[in-house]
Amino acid sequence: MIDVKNLKKSFGKLEVLKGISTHVDKGEVLVIVGPSGSGKSTFLRCLNLLEQPTGGEIVFEGDAITSKKSDVNKIRQKMGMVFQQFNLFPHLTVMDNITIGPRKLKSMSQKEAEKVAVSLLRRIGLEDKARSYPNQLSGGQKQRIAIARALAMSPDVMLFDEPTSALDPEMVGEVLDVLKELAKEGMTMVVVTHEMGFAKEVGTRIFFMDEGIIVEEGEPKSFFENPKTQRAQEFLSKILR
Amino acid sequence: MGFSFIFEYYPYYITGTKNTIILAAFTVFFGVILGVLLALMKLSKIGPLRYIATAYIEFIRGTPLLVQISIIFYGLSYVGISFPEVPAFGDDFPRFMAGVTALSINSSAYVAEIIRSGIQAIDKGQMEAARSIGMPHRMAMQYIILPQAIKNILPALGNEFVVVIKESSIVMVIGISELMYNADVVRGTTFNPFGPLLFAALIYFVLTFTTSKLLGVAERRMRAGD
Repeated sequence: MIDVKNLKKSFGKLEVLKGISTHVDKGEVLVIVGPSGSGKSTFLRCLNLLEQPTGGEIVFEGDAITSKKSDVNKIRQKMGMVFQQFNLFPHLTVMDNITIGPRKLKSMSQKEAEKVAVSLLRRIGLEDKARSYPNQLSGGQKQRIAIARALAMSPDVMLFDEPTSALDPEMVGEVLDVLKELAKEGMTMVVVTHEMGFAKEVGTRIFFMDEGIIVEEGEPKSFFENPKTQRAQEFLSKILR
Repeated sequence: MGFSFIFEYYPYYITGTKNTIILAAFTVFFGVILGVLLALMKLSKIGPLRYIATAYIEFIRGTPLLVQISIIFYGLSYVGISFPEVPAFGDDFPRFMAGVTALSINSSAYVAEIIRSGIQAIDKGQMEAARSIGMPHRMAMQYIILPQAIKNILPALGNEFVVVIKESSIVMVIGISELMYNADVVRGTTFNPFGPLLFAALIYFVLTFTTSKLLGVAERRMRAGD
């Protein structure tokens, strides 16, 4: 579904991604872990071109999206993204947050879009919040709405950039539950996270990134139980005390 | 001091106030149009547009309004650029136009900065979120960024309107018979150096106070939507 070939990204002189090659298959839940500053968020943001890669190629559903000819807006409609800071639109109600994409970009009617939104809200258990504004919601609720907003575009893949890192601990669970639910339904997902429990339980493949490269890649079970590289061993020993 | 001059000279104040209001209204109108244009240029991806806007804004904000007015009124006519006479609008029209031009040019630089900072104050995650669902840049601006930025911009813009009313008094130096000019005429004729100016100050205060109160009401209405 996504093929990444020798992806590079530099900010000025700082090389953040030093040539990453991998692929994401349909239905996979790829979990990216690693110390902060290792380039995992940058890698994720390159996938939907929120960061413009400085080298390499990304092929999504057969199209080289890194080529100048590709229509980045069309591609992003098929790649939902969820941010650490939620980034809900504060001037719009929950309902409008979810429906604005389908209405403006897929020329869906208000009625149709609201029907989709209501079913999404029901799925995340927030149908009573449709008329609320984001500032009336808790962090966990905001993030679930943000997930619904991305899902409303019916994307083929969902990108999660540390979706639980800005949450109070007691709200992490409700967001992870939504992610688990999605994974169970067969959604293709790429998740950058520090939640090792989630990575182990839900991930179908783990990436361990450090200093702009993929240091280790493997099944969650083998990665967590017998990490092969020394850097992964050090990282895990610090995290899983 | 005494205020008995009012009975005789009040028509001066009426014309003066009227002209001040007209002057300020036109300045705000053109200042905002020009300011929006400059703000767009400054936020543009096209380098030269950005440089021109930045240079303009910095220069205008870094030089005195009095100097700008004198350049527009005396300087331009010296190099052969003059404002047209339109008999229908009276003999003072060229002066008036010079005044509005100078004030608009001045105000637009401040308006541009108000708009630019209002837009840039919006968290950049908002643009990213809008782009991430596939919105083109323009659409994201229209539906996501600008509606939020307006709430930052309007109060500061209202403040700029008040400033324009006050600063417009400076065009007395080129002989536009606005409130300050006329008050000065009354001062000269009556040999009363205090009352006529104090009365003008009072009228300015009524104008600015009313404007800021009205804007305050409008602002509160808008906040009610949050």
